[in-house]
Amino acid sequence: MKTHTVSHFAKWQRWRAGRPWLGSCLAAVLAWAATVFSGQGQGSGELLTVALTFSAFTVLVSLGQMLVISVGPGNADLSIPSSIALSGAVAMLVMDGSNAMIVPGILAAVLVGALVGVFNFSLIRVLSIPPIIATLAGSLIVMSVAIAIGRGLKIKPPPLFSDFMAMRLFGIPLLAVVVLAVSIAIALMLERTVLGRSIEAVGQNDRAAGLAGMRVELTRFWAYVICAALAGLAGALISGFSGGNSLDQGQEYILLTIAVVVIGGTVVSGGAPCVPGIWSAAMFMFLLVAMLNAAGAGPGLRMLLTGLIIIGVIVAASSPGKR
Amino acid sequence: MINSIPEMLFEARDTAKAFAAVQALRGVDFQVRRGECVGLVGHNGAGKSTLMNVLSGTLAADRGELHFAGLAVGSGWDVREAQRLGVRSVYQELSLCANLSLAENMRIAQPQFKGWNWRLAAGAQLMATLDRIFPGHGLHADQVVGELSIGRRQMVEIARAFTPGALALEVMILDEPTSSLDNQAAAQLLAYIREFVALGKSCILISHKLREIFTVTDRIVVMRDGQVVESVLTEQTSRDRVVAAMGQDEQVQENPRHVVAQTGSAEAPLVVNVSSTSAARLGVKAMAGEVIGLAGLAGHGQTTLLLRLQAGSATRAESSVWVGGATSFVAGDRQTDGVFGLWSIARNMSVGWFSQLCHRRLIDLKGEREYAEHWRQRLGLVTPDLDLPIFSLSGGNQQKVLFARALGSSASIILMDDPMRGVDVGTKRDVYALIAEEARRGRTFVWYTTEFDELFHCDRVYVFNNGEVAGELSRAELSEERVLDMSFDKIAA
Repeated sequence: MKTHTVSHFAKWQRWRAGRPWLGSCLAAVLAWAATVFSGQGQGSGELLTVALTFSAFTVLVSLGQMLVISVGPGNADLSIPSSIALSGAVAMLVMDGSNAMIVPGILAAVLVGALVGVFNFSLIRVLSIPPIIATLAGSLIVMSVAIAIGRGLKIKPPPLFSDFMAMRLFGIPLLAVVVLAVSIAIALMLERTVLGRSIEAVGQNDRAAGLAGMRVELTRFWAYVICAALAGLAGALISGFSGGNSLDQGQEYILLTIAVVVIGGTVVSGGAPCVPGIWSAAMFMFLLVAMLNAAGAGPGLRMLLTGLIIIGVIVAASSPGKR
Repeated sequence: MINSIPEMLFEARDTAKAFAAVQALRGVDFQVRRGECVGLVGHNGAGKSTLMNVLSGTLAADRGELHFAGLAVGSGWDVREAQRLGVRSVYQELSLCANLSLAENMRIAQPQFKGWNWRLAAGAQLMATLDRIFPGHGLHADQVVGELSIGRRQMVEIARAFTPGALALEVMILDEPTSSLDNQAAAQLLAYIREFVALGKSCILISHKLREIFTVTDRIVVMRDGQVVESVLTEQTSRDRVVAAMGQDEQVQENPRHVVAQTGSAEAPLVVNVSSTSAARLGVKAMAGEVIGLAGLAGHGQTTLLLRLQAGSATRAESSVWVGGATSFVAGDRQTDGVFGLWSIARNMSVGWFSQLCHRRLIDLKGEREYAEHWRQRLGLVTPDLDLPIFSLSGGNQQKVLFARALGSSASIILMDDPMRGVDVGTKRDVYALIAEEARRGRTFVWYTTEFDELFHCDRVYVFNNGEVAGELSRAELSEERVLDMSFDKIAA
């Protein structure tokens, strides 16, 4: 029989290749440490709590973006900000300040999001418009609906909903626990359901996936619908967190979600999503801004450094695993 | 042989190469002389392709020396240097750009075509070579590669490599060049190789088809487990001796003509029924437990039929196609149709098994692992770990994974799209036995093949010509002449 001597380096390389989130995780820890050591008054624990709260929103929408990016080259959902604006308005309208209507309000927001997903996918599939154009153009229509039904008014969330959003369990925001549960559900879906495996397969080679008996277009449909539904959920939660809905509450999430997905180690060309990386990259993106603020960088310098550091993290995270 | 011993052209000494845990080459000595055609044979994973990659400069060896035309070439040996000195290769996995035309692909290989009409010049050169090697090929310089069948693409790939240009051409490395070609094109290529070496050029031919090796080569080199175990003049050896040197299966493959297992009984239920569009042509029928062969020249509608059957089982897409059961597809063009490159070996298998692996809508991970292990042993997959990426396997072993995917599924109808490309003799025999066994249990196989001998494993054969069935033969009626006759017959009664 052959005897195989596995060098430690090769072992390490394999271990490393199976954990694409490692780079962003390390970067997040470094950014956190740098902020704490710069000693701007905030305690390290408090900083983490705030980071968890804001990252939770980012994670929620980025998980959806991750699924969409994973179904193949050219797929991305650029309608996320509009979905968040529309679903936030719908949630606040349905709740109308009443504690009893919190659950229906959230469900309505998720449903509206899902409908936006169906709309996006039908533009892509039926009219065969490239996804980036379809979701971008679709987002203008969705946004105008949000303007029409919200009439630019800010409706306050029910008091109980606001309390929930601010609640902490042993110092950990309740919101982060909820989003963690959603993340675990998505990870389970990817690893152990036919839909999850289909998402990975379709993203790698849609022709082979079809020949292996998978429903290629149905898989893509679900990726877009889940993505938009998660954006819908995020829209309701953001409105509850920030004391009412607004049209620009989701504005930052186009580039942020794509950056988080890529930094988190998900393969941009599709087929290999990475859930833990979404968390570490979202934390990193928040802590990076916090670190630069703590260091007293002005807005111009902050943007410049953010750009450079993102490039650096992506380069550092991708080079060793390359074939 | 003109003057005593021909000059040594290319030599590798004590070459070793490892991929992480897998030792692909363990100190190989290999020589090619001027004007010689060397046949390189061995089982999948024996190290043939790795050795050729080292010679052509795409892989750097861990250890060993290379000598070209008497001069030692050092660490600077890479693709550029190899091409400059005249080493060219045609790989098993095709390297043409699917979105470009034939002429444009020619230009990629040979940058000397310049000026405003480079397309015409490049196209004309390529067409000239195609005409010389494959007369009657029916290709045009402005066709886009992606629209060609895999057999046609292989012809273009070969012709492109043989087209002389600004760079020298001394050694041609052909890795399974005929695996996607039909018999006629394969014969044309083999004839051309003899012309090529007669001009004093050299050729290394890797093939699992021993008949080809014995027809065309001057010397046969046998590899096993990353080593050269035999190097002998073709006229001084025999098929049995070569097969024995390859190891694994000492006994010679029995003549498939004597296979008796006649399975499809008349009462077996019909599972596939494709009616023809024109009344003059035949339809395709298959009973449960039958092995149906699809023959004819490559690209005459066999793959199209398989795809229609695959689509027909999922949805009743066409009224003329009726498929009574689930189907599973074994791709032959594994890069485009089969393999998921980011996945492990195990995942690439289990993607066909979801219906058995799901309990309460969740995939049973433990069951997945055990089932993959079961198929690894059943097909003798050469790998230390099923969690390694699929591309850590040699081409033939990747093909075994695709077999495991289909045969391990619960589908009652297996569609095979010329699946034995790059598969070694031992594995082929195992798969033939597996097919016979599964057919006895009631599974139906629809099997497109470009290897004539494989048709003897089928109960009935449909011969294709221009997208239609030109004739039907039972195993008793089967002969190469009749198949060829039907393949070329333009107006079948």
